[in-house]
Amino acid sequence: MGWPVLRQFLGGDPLGRSSSVVSRKTTEITPRTTTADRAVQSVCPYCAVGCGQKVFVSDEKVVQIEGDPESPISRGRLCPKGSASEQLVNSDTRQTTVLYRAPRAKDWQEMDLETATEMVVDRFLESRRNKWQDVDEHGRHLGRTMGIASLGGATLDNEENYLIKKLFTAAGAIQIENQARI
Amino acid sequence: MANADCIIIQGSNMAEAHPVGFQWVTEAKARGAKVIHVDPRFSRTSAVADKHVPIRAGSDIVLLGALINYVIEHEKWFNDYVVAYTNAASIINEDFRDTEDLDGLFSGFDPETGGYDMSSWSYEPDRAAHSGNPGDPGNDGDAAAEQDGAEESVEAAGDQYGMGGPELDVSKPRRDETLQHPRSVFQILKRHYSRYTPEMVRDVCGISIEDFELLARTVTENSGRERTTCFAYAVGWTQHTVGAQYIRTATILQLLLGNMGRPGGGIMALRGHASIQGSTDIPTLFNLLPGYLPMPTVEKEDLATYLDGIASKKQKGYWANADAYTISLLKAWWGDAATEENDWGYGYLPRLTGPHGTYQTVEGMMAGEVEGYFILGQNPAVGSANGRMQRMGMANLKWLVVRDFQLIESATWWKDGPEIETGELRTEDIETEVFFFPAANHVEKAGTFTQTQRLVQWRHQAVQPPGDAQSELQFFYEVGRRIRARLAGSTDPQDRALLDLTWDYPVDEHGEPDGDAVLQEINGRHLTGPDAGKHLSTFNEMKADGSTEGGCWIYTGVYADGINHAADRETGVADGPAGKEWGWAWPANRRILYNRASADPEGKPWSERKKLVWWDEDEGRWVGNDVPDFPVTLAPGTIPDPEAGGPAALAGDDAFIMQADGKGWLFAPKGMVDGPLPTHYEAQESPVPNVMYAQQHNPTRVTVPRSDNYSKPSAGMPGADVYPFLFTTYRLTEHHTAGGMSRWLPYLSELQPEMFCEVSPELAAERGLEPYDWATIVSPRAAIEAKVLVTERMRPLRIGGADAQTVHQIGLPYHWGVGGDAVVSGDSANDLIGVTLDPNVLIQGSKVGACDIIPGRRPRGTDLLDFVAGYQRRAGLTVDSGNEGVTGTGEDAGPEADPMAPPEMTSARPHPPADGPVVPHDPPGPLGRKPRPRDSQQPSQQPSRQPPATEPRTGRED
Ligand code: SF4
Repeated sequence: MGWPVLRQFLGGDPLGRSSSVVSRKTTEITPRTTTADRAVQSVCPYCAVGCGQKVFVSDEKVVQIEGDPESPISRGRLCPKGSASEQLVNSDTRQTTVLYRAPRAKDWQEMDLETATEMVVDRFLESRRNKWQDVDEHGRHLGRTMGIASLGGATLDNEENYLIKKLFTAAGAIQIENQARI
Repeated sequence: MANADCIIIQGSNMAEAHPVGFQWVTEAKARGAKVIHVDPRFSRTSAVADKHVPIRAGSDIVLLGALINYVIEHEKWFNDYVVAYTNAASIINEDFRDTEDLDGLFSGFDPETGGYDMSSWSYEPDRAAHSGNPGDPGNDGDAAAEQDGAEESVEAAGDQYGMGGPELDVSKPRRDETLQHPRSVFQILKRHYSRYTPEMVRDVCGISIEDFELLARTVTENSGRERTTCFAYAVGWTQHTVGAQYIRTATILQLLLGNMGRPGGGIMALRGHASIQGSTDIPTLFNLLPGYLPMPTVEKEDLATYLDGIASKKQKGYWANADAYTISLLKAWWGDAATEENDWGYGYLPRLTGPHGTYQTVEGMMAGEVEGYFILGQNPAVGSANGRMQRMGMANLKWLVVRDFQLIESATWWKDGPEIETGELRTEDIETEVFFFPAANHVEKAGTFTQTQRLVQWRHQAVQPPGDAQSELQFFYEVGRRIRARLAGSTDPQDRALLDLTWDYPVDEHGEPDGDAVLQEINGRHLTGPDAGKHLSTFNEMKADGSTEGGCWIYTGVYADGINHAADRETGVADGPAGKEWGWAWPANRRILYNRASADPEGKPWSERKKLVWWDEDEGRWVGNDVPDFPVTLAPGTIPDPEAGGPAALAGDDAFIMQADGKGWLFAPKGMVDGPLPTHYEAQESPVPNVMYAQQHNPTRVTVPRSDNYSKPSAGMPGADVYPFLFTTYRLTEHHTAGGMSRWLPYLSELQPEMFCEVSPELAAERGLEPYDWATIVSPRAAIEAKVLVTERMRPLRIGGADAQTVHQIGLPYHWGVGGDAVVSGDSANDLIGVTLDPNVLIQGSKVGACDIIPGRRPRGTDLLDFVAGYQRRAGLTVDSGNEGVTGTGEDAGPEADPMAPPEMTSARPHPPADGPVVPHDPPGPLGRKPRPRDSQQPSQQPSRQPPATEPRTGRED
């Protein structure tokens, strides 16, 4: 009975879709989704179909992401990208520290978040002033800086886009763009 | 889409690019709907469609124009709908001249600026409705002064308008409901498309007459009272130099067929990023403020002038209340510092002086103007057209901040980019400081995405971000807080806007600001009165007197009654994708826009089968299965007070309530910078001449004539045959745009490991390409290598009628990039693409490029540069190649020619002698940029606001 084809035919499972393809290991394990501490409703981060996701969390770690059967848009389905999004969260190569590359340097160096944030603020203020334009050649009000630009937003939350636009506009930076123009 | 009787997918490979959304197409098909896929490539979408119609990339307006012509010739238009709800009956100014009269140009073209003065496209006013003193005979003769736009020369510059478009003073045009008046929109439309015939479709698009007729029959048989047809498109329609007009052509067709505002109708834009719709609504775009309000231009010196530019108080519809939306936004941003005395803080807004789009920004980097750059979840080194320009621009920055999950190519080009390999850049010479900040992903923060049907969905936070990873919300909140602290006490007027900014958001123990609080600010609140502090429930509650605040008027209602409706999760899937308690759709949780048009002028559904909202006589209100997109108690027969403006001016049958005249626009009397009617122009690098007009290209397209952005010489010019083939780009199911979220994932990388190119067996034979071997593809800008996939899915097309030529198309996915960190890498298709932009939205034409293809891998190092330069020399490329402006005579040859006709146009770029290389017109400027008038002009960004019944989209993503 160890031979799979025999098991398939003799075991009442001629199509090989049932008991004959179940190993002891299979019966001994339980799906991560049933043992998870909680399932959190989310939305797929890739394309704009907006499929519903259920994010399974155990010990404050994401253990699996599956389609949300309750979503009227996707009815539980995810395409390969949405299905792979657990790897997006738990990727080995994911960067979790700040890196800095100095002028002319050949490689990165690690930097702490606080220092890096302060350095960005310094540069933001300096470039803002360097390229500030009060008025145009006819003396009309411009009140802007051409020294700072930004690209990105289509993968971000509405609330994030809102704060980005609000802050940059108040700082006089106008060159704010995202994927919608590409 | 699930309710459609016929679905035309064109400019999209929906089954592969939006696979889960495609289940609704499958479902419609299972119920008997016909599905036709029109696309250069046979793909999985084609495989499950009833019919695949191959088309030459860049010729869609001819096909759609021919469908319009077919509908008119065969009298298939939905007359009651067309007369009541579109501007078909409106009469146009007598100075208007069509492309049929001027060989490919409309009246008003200025060859100096390369743009149009739109004043001759305006409506002729209905004198009875417009005359202030009907008895005054002098009034009559002065009609021209009342025509919209006639008071000033209206130079096309769409970046000055938000989604509302320019104001339109003639909201009550003269009408002829028989549609017979020669200057009625209907008759102009009929003449304009009269040469868009099945034969022309065969010769220009490469589609057989039988295939065209099948398509035309299927669409018309499935439109009307009882049936509806839906179109779906993606960037196959937008990434062209006439992209906005592609969508307009489909809109005209859908309006003629009565398919707008009805279940199973419409035009579905399939967008490629989780919240690309949201980032257009609440824009990180240079030309817009939230809710499609325009960013002010330098001419708009005070708030009143700014508001005048958005909407006239005399025009119909909801844009007339733009003052309330704008002042509520200014109150949300500057709180108590926004007062009536200081114009509600309008002076705090920086001013535009022209286009400041992403490609202009790159030029600014090269010029040393832009010093610092933030890249937030995007990968321009791979994902933007002409990748080399992007990387060279970044190499000239002082500092660069990249926020992402992985070390994407845009963060590492300085050590492993293609220019390091060719020796064009040396790491030790690059001065740019680069900061990489790790970002939190979608499960590590709470917030909303807006998906492609305007549905806003809240995501709950599942876990904390790892290490130093932060959300953009936290990062920018922190940067803003520190900037404000540094500037505290500053008396410099330039710092006022930052210091007065409302920037207090509650933060949690990890320093993360509360996204819910930000959403509440976006929704808006009452500031004074008995309801002070209460959330607004609709934008109709917004006031222009400073008593309300709200960060994005079209999102008002998402937090109505103090409840986060984006987080609504009604369970049960029975009611399909229109389930009204799942998330919240802007505006007002409405699922189908302009749904007043689903009922006839009397308010009764056009048919039982296609009913959606209708007038309930007993209740005295609009009711039905969706939130009515109409003033809810405005009865069908209502005739408004002729003096009224705004919503009060809407008649009971003005279904298109956002349009200045309440009608769906077959003809755009204003707003489209390249013409009131879509017209076929060949793509920048088309392999063939334009057989429809002497005008080869869109004359108003934005060219970027630089030596690092050469174009192929136009068809028929010397050197054009050096790049004989057409390439088009597309995406795969398993990858996501430039790969930042997919090429680092082992699963997805294993599924699609390598860059490849799709070629037909005929082309493979012609060029000696072997399956699974390498090929090198060279364009006027760059050369890349890819594995060869020989497939009959790519079909050579015969183009050009009597002396037809074979056009070979090459398909290229664009997900790979050169770098050292991803699981899979490869050459980037975007490096091949040039930057030439649509004048309406400044999106690049990247669906049609010219190339050659040869077997084998590309050269390495400096040999690669020599290889590309060799092709450029053979083709005689200069910065002028392919960048001609007017190529016809532009003369009014028609019998109606009269002295009042626009001045004769002369060719801006005379054809060069046939035997020599193209000689540069002017020497290139310091940046290789020739100071061409068009570039100092103000091309424009404007969302596709004219297509009356689609969602507003600004640019179109990939
Ligand atoms: S699962 Fe696939 S189809 Fe659904 S949103 Fe994600 S990427 Fe789009």
